[in-house]
Parts: sequence; C-alpha cells; structure tokens
Amino acid sequence: MQEMMKNRAKALLADGTVSRVIGWRRGEFSYDVTPAVFETAEELERDFVFDAFCGANVSKYLIRESAKDGGRILAFLKPCDAFSFNQLLAEHRVRRENVYLIGIPCAGKADIDRIKKAGIDGVLGIAEDGEDFVVSTVYGEERVKQADVLAERCLACKSKRHPVYDELLGEEGEDLPDDVRFAGVAKLETMTAEERFDFWRSELSKCIRCNACRNVCPACTCENCVFDNPDSGISQKTAADPFEENMYHIIRAFHVAGRCTDCGECSRVCPEHIPLHLLNRKFIKDIDELYGTYRAGEDDGTKNPLTSYTEGDAEASVVRERGRA
Amino acid sequence: MKFLKRTDLDCFLTAAAEHRTIYVPIDEEPNKSAYRRYKPRTPVSQGLKTTRSAKDFFFPQTENLVGFRIEDKKIKILDPRTEHEDFAVFGVRACDARSFGILDKVFLSEPVDTYYQNRRAHGLILTMTCRRPAETCFCTAFGIDPASPEGDIVFTETADGWYIEPKTEGGRDFLAPLEEFLEERDEGGAEEAKARTRETMEKLPLAGLKTDSFGGGKTKELFDRPEWASLSEACIGCGTCTFVCPTCQCYDIRDYDTGREVRRFRCWDSCMYSDFTKMAGGNPRLTQKERFRQRFMHKLVYFPENNGGEFGCVGCGRCLASCPIHMNIVKVMKTLSEGQDEQ
Ligand code: SF4
Ligand code: SF4
Ligand code: SF4
Ligand code: SF4
Ligand code: SF4
Repeated sequence: MQEMMKNRAKALLADGTVSRVIGWRRGEFSYDVTPAVFETAEELERDFVFDAFCGANVSKYLIRESAKDGGRILAFLKPCDAFSFNQLLAEHRVRRENVYLIGIPCAGKADIDRIKKAGIDGVLGIAEDGEDFVVSTVYGEERVKQADVLAERCLACKSKRHPVYDELLGEEGEDLPDDVRFAGVAKLETMTAEERFDFWRSELSKCIRCNACRNVCPACTCENCVFDNPDSGISQKTAADPFEENMYHIIRAFHVAGRCTDCGECSRVCPEHIPLHLLNRKFIKDIDELYGTYRAGEDDGTKNPLTSYTEGDAEASVVRERGRA
Repeated sequence: MKFLKRTDLDCFLTAAAEHRTIYVPIDEEPNKSAYRRYKPRTPVSQGLKTTRSAKDFFFPQTENLVGFRIEDKKIKILDPRTEHEDFAVFGVRACDARSFGILDKVFLSEPVDTYYQNRRAHGLILTMTCRRPAETCFCTAFGIDPASPEGDIVFTETADGWYIEPKTEGGRDFLAPLEEFLEERDEGGAEEAKARTRETMEKLPLAGLKTDSFGGGKTKELFDRPEWASLSEACIGCGTCTFVCPTCQCYDIRDYDTGREVRRFRCWDSCMYSDFTKMAGGNPRLTQKERFRQRFMHKLVYFPENNGGEFGCVGCGRCLASCPIHMNIVKVMKTLSEGQDEQ
C-alpha cells in the first residue's frame, strides 16, 4: 500500500494536479509517526510512511491547508477520515476545490498502548508478519496478534466505505453493523443513575485538561472555543472545583452532538485513556433512536436532525418518558 | 546493606503509613499507573512511569490560593491552605527525582513560592532504580543515572526486593521505626542490579542523544532556524506535552466566582496555548510555530542560560509517549543538531 500511495503521490505532483501531499512522516521507534506535508518526490521517498500506525486523522489539517493559495493538496483518507472531511465540507470549513482526495482501504489501525498493555516495552522496531506484529525490543523479541492490538475505534468501525473521494486506491468497502459500536453505551444504559454518575466522575477525575481531545477533534473547529474565550464567562484551563471541571466534557459533547462522526480521535489522543467515545456515542445512539438513523459526515446534503425542525421531532418530555435512562 | 523483601513491602508501607501519608503508583490499567494514597493490601504498580509526573505533589494541577467573601459589608479573607501535611512519595524514578531540583530553581528563588516551599518541606522522596527502562527514556543525555537516583531514600530494585539506602536525615528518621521489616544483605546484589540498569541504558534507541548543540548562549543560532516550521506544522497546540512533563512550571492565576464567594486559584498553563502570552498590548506569539519553539527553546536554551547550564528537561520520555502526533523534544533535538552539522 505504502508504495502504491507514494507512487500515486509522486505522479500527481509531477503532472501538477497537486502541489503538496499530506501524509505521515517516519518516527524514531516505528510507531511514532507524525502527520506532515510533503512538497517533493525526494521528501516523499525519504520520509513518507504508511503502515498500521498511521491512524491520525488528517482531515482537520485540511481546514488550514485548503485555505492556502498555491495549488491543491493531496490527502489520503481512511473511511472514518472521509466522514470527518465530509462533515467539515457540510459546515463550509474546508475548500473542496483545493483538495484532492484519495480514499484508501483500512483494515484497522494498531494502538501502541495496547501493545504496551500486553507487557511489551523497550520497543526498537515493529514489523508485520502475516497476522502478527513482530516487535523487537531491548528485552528480546515479542509477538502479538494484530487483531489483539487494534485501536478501540477500529473494533467499533462503522463503515469501510468512503463517503467522499476523487479516486480510490484498492477495493471500496461497506457499512458495518452498529451493535458493536453501541455495546459500550448499552452497558452504561443498564447502570443505575448513581453507578453511571460514579463511573463518569471516576473517569473524568483523571483528566489533566490538556485539551488534546478538543484540539484534535474535527468537529471542534471554532475559531475561538468557549473555553478559551475570556468573554464567554466559562473560560477555563482547569476549574477551581473538580465538578465544574467535569462540565468541560459534558459541554463539549453537547457542542459536537449531531456533528461528531465518531472518528475516535478524542479517545485515541487522551493521555489518560478516558473513554470519551462513550459520551459521543451516547448522543449518536440517542439521535438514531429519537430521530431515525443519522450519520454525520454521510452526505453533504442531509440535514442534521438537531438543527432542523420537523413536526415529528421528539418533545422535551422525552427525557421524562425515557425515565432516567 | 539493608534489604526489603518484595513480600514484606505491604507490611513496610502499612507501618510507614502510620507515621505519614504515603503515595504509591497504582495500576489503573496494564501499563498505566497513577500516584494514589497508599491503602494496605493495594498492589503497588510494577510499571516504569506514571502517566502524570510526580510534580503534582508540589505543584498541583489546580490549587486554591485564597478566597474572598463579603460579610456584613466587609471583605472576609478565606484561607484554604492545606499544604502542611507530612507525606512521602514512593517509587519515584531518577528522572522525576531530578525534576524537583529544576522546579526548586524556579519556585524557591526570590520571591519564594510558599505553597510549593511548604509542600517540599513536608514531602519525602523515596526513589527507585529502573529495572526495565522504556525506549522513550533518555535521562542519561542529561547526566542522570537511573541506577543511582537522588532522593531521601534510594530503593535499588532486584528480582526479590530492594536494597535500601537513606540519603538524608529525613530518610533516616523515616526508616528508624521500620527497621524490623528490613534484613541485612551483602551489597553485591545492589551493585549487580545497578550495572544491569546501566547496561540496558546503553542499548536503548535514544542512548547517545547529543545535547552539544544546545545550552545557554545558543539563542541566536537556534531561534531563526527554518526547521521550526516543519517541526511545528502538525502540532495541534494541546498542552499534553507540558502537562505530563515533570519540569514544566507555568501557571495561570484566575478568580472563580461561586456566586457566594470568589476563589482565587492557580492552574497549570501551557506555552502551547494561544492565549499564553496574551496581554493588553497584544500577543507576540501569533502562530503555533512561535509557541512550539518557546517550549523547546525554554528547555534547551533559556533555562540553561539562566540556571548555570542545567537543562530544563530530564529525559523522562513522557512527552514522547503522550503527544497525539508524536512530535517531541527528541525529534526537535535531532533535527536541529543535524542541521547544525550541515551548516
Ligand atoms: S485528552 Fe484526556 S486528559 Fe486531555 S483534556 Fe481531553 S479528556 Fe482530559
Ligand atoms: S468545545 Fe464547543 S466551543 Fe469549543 S471548539 Fe468544541 S464546539 Fe467549539
Ligand atoms: S520535555 Fe519531555 S522528556 Fe523532557 S522532562 Fe518534559 S516530558 Fe520529560
Ligand atoms: S528516563 Fe531514566 S530515570 Fe526515568 S524512567 Fe527512564 S530510565 Fe528511569
Ligand atoms: S507537541 Fe504534541 S503534545 Fe505538545 S502541544 Fe503539540 S501536539 Fe500537543
């Protein structure tokens, strides 16, 4: 795949279709790749990498990159990244004419934290070998099944289909059933309100308020976030009161409701491994149940049920009717 | 030399906890730990590093400094201070142990930060050698020896327990009532364990990382280097690297209006944030490039410049492990040093 992508990128650079390519740059330990913009074939040859660890969603960078003059930028999008891109398009945050999109197939991305959870450390290099990863470490060679170290979001993948692209590399996939994706939320729904409250208080108490979840989120694209704006009255770095602090997450989840494509970036980047996707998925599941299935980023024509009115909309009493679930 | 058997750790800590509060690393999930107040029979993490550093004990993420309430048309001043309790932190690695010295240079120089000072005065640091350093560790680049950490008491770890050496008066006092849990052992085992740690350090991928291109007086050479643009291009300006960092020391002071009173609190701040240098006259760091550059220039140039050559990084590797886009101080150092060789 990496070679196909590199060659295609070089060809598009050479024929002038694009002037830049956004991809991933090689790191120090084989898993620590960094999103990067490449401008020449030489740079691509030297540093461009695409493997199981290139999970970072590059769609959000396209807000900045597509605003630049000087030609189009080529981006390779996994299906979930394409949903994010499409949502940004619907919100007029990217300039479509400045981006050339290649949809790439995805078998799921690896999560280095899961490799480390398996007790593997001192990583010197990671190679794919059939269904396994062979990890060479300072302490010897280790093997793990690739399927066992997939990122959470990949285990819960909603679709292998690209809702937007200019061309595709490899085979296009299909939508996947939602039951796995909502299993975690369903479990939370069976808890009592007190248990759920304790669960979230304990998870959110780990938060260091680094804002990585917000800054990486392709739905959080406000020029000036309410939490950074001293005039908003709720601007905060951390709050004086830990309960107030938890509100950050609740407010953010409300702000992205109906716009979150469930790309999983928030949970991926959280240094405290807080399962933020559960908050967002609860909203997605509720929207599906109350307004009919809706997928943010599906198609730039459909209307977000939370910002459009129909006569059949749920009434405010729905909260009481559904009990405390 | 005194030795504590692994099987006796629980009794040792339980007895110690009768004299002062003890914090230990506890696994929240495999390979992810956090410091928690020690409770008897809770297993202590065997992991290398906590996700957050140990700086929280002296410089917490958020703390109330003072409060105000209007009563009978007078302003009443509320004193929320709590930093007078004796405590000990167990299992601190050499990198974090060194970070306290760096923070001291900031918080204990005039004007002394009394909140920090009180916590330092009441806290004992029980350090531990590293048996299984990670690929992200590069403490040796800054002259830190993970086989011989600083601290009040050093625990040299072996397969079945720890050799124990008190290094300060406080450390000796702490151990005095706990003698019954210790046995006498030949110190050959300790030397062997230390040698193994040092050997491992040489095999790590970041062994031999060079610091020559950095240090005081390098501002002119480094500030305008073109590489800052590509190094910072993917940075999302979160504060993860600064908040997990044991030596990052910036904070903001704000007022929180509860409706009944005003609480003046301080909280960590990050030079990666857009409003970090916002002031009445504008903001001198307008893009992420300038903010990003600040973090690394501070650690590698400005801090040593103002502190007798000591770098503001201890090589703990936390920012390497936590950055969402895997950009970090090592990549910055390698890129800028390479460019320098070419020049
Ligand atoms: S990424 Fe995690 S630790 Fe950082 S602000 Fe978000 S929830 Fe908190
Ligand atoms: S949390 Fe809300 S205000 Fe802040 S960036 Fe996200 S959507 Fe915008
Ligand atoms: S800059 Fe990174 S490696 Fe250095 S002390 Fe801070 S977190 Fe550790
Ligand atoms: S950086 Fe050094 S002292 Fe810190 S955990 Fe790694 S080996 Fe130990
Ligand atoms: S370097 Fe990484 S961790 Fe630090 S602010 Fe930038 S993206 Fe966040």
